[in-house]
Amino acid sequence: MAACSVEELLAKAEQEEAEKLRNITVHKDLDLDFDVGNLLASDKNRIDTRSFKEQNKEDFLRSLARDNTQLLINEIWKLPSERVEEAIVVKLPQPTTPLPREKPPPKPRPPTKWEQFAKLKGIQKKKKTNLVWDETAKEWRRRWGYKRANDDTKDWLIEVPETADPNEDQFAKRLKAKKERVAKNEFNRLKNIARAQKVKVPGLGLTPKAQQSRDELARAVSVAQTSTASVGMFQERLPKEKAPKNTGKKRKFQPLIGDFSNEKQKQLELLKIMDSKKPTLDVTKAVNKQMREEDREEAAAKYKKGAGKKGRKGNMSGKGKGKGGKGKGGKGGKAGGGKKRSKPGKR
Amino acid sequence: MTQLDGVIKPKTKRSKRFLESRAPKLTEDVKTAMIMKGGNTSQTITQALKDLYSLRKPHAVVYKKKNITRPFEDSTSLEFFSKKTDCSLFLFGSHNKKRPNNLIFGRLFDFHVLDMIELGIEKFVSLSEIKASKCPEGTKPMLVFAGEPFDTVNEHKRLKSLLLEFFRGPSVSAVRLAGLEHVLHFTALDGKIFMRSYRCLLKKSGCRTPRIELEEIGPSFDFILRRTHLASDDLYRLAHKQPKALKPKKMKNTSHDAFGTKFGRVHMQKQDLSKLHTRKMKGLTKRKRKVLTEEQDAQAPKVAKIEN
Repeated sequence: MAACSVEELLAKAEQEEAEKLRNITVHKDLDLDFDVGNLLASDKNRIDTRSFKEQNKEDFLRSLARDNTQLLINEIWKLPSERVEEAIVVKLPQPTTPLPREKPPPKPRPPTKWEQFAKLKGIQKKKKTNLVWDETAKEWRRRWGYKRANDDTKDWLIEVPETADPNEDQFAKRLKAKKERVAKNEFNRLKNIARAQKVKVPGLGLTPKAQQSRDELARAVSVAQTSTASVGMFQERLPKEKAPKNTGKKRKFQPLIGDFSNEKQKQLELLKIMDSKKPTLDVTKAVNKQMREEDREEAAAKYKKGAGKKGRKGNMSGKGKGKGGKGKGGKGGKAGGGKKRSKPGKR
Repeated sequence: MTQLDGVIKPKTKRSKRFLESRAPKLTEDVKTAMIMKGGNTSQTITQALKDLYSLRKPHAVVYKKKNITRPFEDSTSLEFFSKKTDCSLFLFGSHNKKRPNNLIFGRLFDFHVLDMIELGIEKFVSLSEIKASKCPEGTKPMLVFAGEPFDTVNEHKRLKSLLLEFFRGPSVSAVRLAGLEHVLHFTALDGKIFMRSYRCLLKKSGCRTPRIELEEIGPSFDFILRRTHLASDDLYRLAHKQPKALKPKKMKNTSHDAFGTKFGRVHMQKQDLSKLHTRKMKGLTKRKRKVLTEEQDAQAPKVAKIEN
C-alpha cells in the first residue's frame, strides 16, 4: 500500500507541475527575437489568415498578443532581480536594436593656431599660482582681477623714460597699448573660429602703424594707385618708378595654333610622368616635411626630459647630441637644444 | 543654428547652458516628438493625435494651431519647427478627400528628415471609448511586433524601427516587475497594420513567472500603409554611426575558446614555496630535538665520503 501511494503521489506531483508549466508555456514554430533592453519582442511566425478571417478579429489579435506577451514576460522574469525599497526590480541589459542618433556625434574642437604651435614645439601649459606677493602692499594678493597684485592701472606716478618725448602722456600710452592687445586677441579668436569653420577670411590689409617697412610702403603705394574708378587704368607712373610687385597673377593661355615643338615637348613630358612608376619628388615639400619631423622629435625629447629628471638637463643633452650626430654636417655644432637652433628657413 | 555653433558666443551663463543642452552629445537624451496637425483634420485625427500624445506624454510637444504644410512635398517647415523645439520625431495628422484620416510618422537626423511613413486610419477606437481602468501615464510599454512583413519587407522594417523609437519611452537600466502593465502590439497582417494597446494582468501560475491575461484599453488603430519616404542607405548608416568613445574597449590578454570559457594571462611574482601553508598533521610536525639529531646524522656521512 505504501509503495503504491508514493508512486501515485509522484505521478500526481508531476502532473501538477506540467499543468503549472502549461499555464505559462507557449508553443511557436519559430522562436521570438527579444530585445529585453527595450522590452521588445518580434514574432516572425506566419500568421494564419484564414483563422483570422473566420474568428472574431479582436479575439484573435488578443490571443496572439497574449501568447507573445507571455513569452516576453518569461524572458524578463529570467533576469536576476533584486529588492529596492519594497519593490522587486529587474536589471535590464543594454538595448541591442540599433536606432539612429538624433544628431551627429560631437566633434572635438579644432586646435587654435597657438595650440598647434605649442604642440609642435613641445610647450606645455604651466599652472600659475593664484596668489602673488605684492611688494607695495606687503601682502599676498590675487594675480588677476579686482584688487590684484602689482596693479599697473592704479599707479599714480609713472617715470618718463629718457628716450621718450617729455610731453607724451604715459598713462594714455599704457591704456592704448592695453586696448590694442585686447583687440589683437579678439581678432585672433575670430581668425581661429574662421579656420575651424573652414571659411576664408580676408587679410587685415594695411593697418596703421608707427613705422612702415619698405615692403609695406610699396604695398600702400600700389593699393593707392589701383583705388581709382578705373582700377588704376589711367594712373601715370612717376619717372624711374618700378612696376608694382606681387600684384596677383593673370591667366595666360597658349596660342591656339603654332609653336608645335613646344606643345610636343609638353605632351611628351606629361606622358613621361604618367608612365613612370615612381612619384615625382617635390623638393620643397620634402624638405619642409623633414624639418617638421625634426622639430617634432626635438619637442618629444624635450617633453620626455621635462617629465623625468630635471637637474642634469644641460649636460646630458650636450652629450647625447654629440654621439647621435651621425655625419649630419651642421647638426653637431648646434648641440645646445632649442634656443640656439637657427631658423628653419636658413637650412 | 548648427552650422553657426562655433560662432555664437553666449553672453550669459544661462544662454550658455541652453546652447549646451542643444549641442550634440555623446550619450543623447530621450528624443522628443512634436505632434502637429495639417490644414484640415477630422474628428478622428484630432482624437488620435490626442491619444498618441498621452502615450508619449513627457517627451512630446503639441502644436495647437494648424500648420498648412505637406511633409512629402516640402519638409523645410518641419525642419524649422524641429530646430525650434529641438525635436527629432514628429507625428503629423491631416484629412482630405484623397487621403482621409492620414497620420505621418517621421524622424529627423541633424534636423533633416530621415524617414517618413504615411499611415491611413481605417478604424479607430479612442482611449476614452473603452471603459476600463487605464495604465498611469509615462509607463514604459512592452512592445511586440508580430507578422512576417516586419522581418522581410523593407518598408515594414523601417516602420518597425520608427514605431519602436516612437513608443519605447526612455531607455532605463532597471524596471519594476509590477510596473510592467502596458503592452503595445503591432500586427502586420492582410496588408494592414493593427495596433492594439492592452493592460497586462499578472495572474498566479504556481511558478515564479506569472501567467498573463490581457485587457484592451485603447487606443486601437487599423492602419494601412500609404506613401513612404525612406532615407538612402548611406544616410541611414551615417545616422547610426556611434562615436568611438561609446564603443566598448577591447580587453587585452583575454580570450575565449569555443565553449565560451574565458582565458587570461596573469603575471605573478615567483612563489616562495617555503612559506606555503600545507595541511598540518601531528605526524608531520617537526620536533626541535629530533631535527637537530637528523642534521648531524646527515652531515656525518658526507664528511666520511670526502675522506675516502
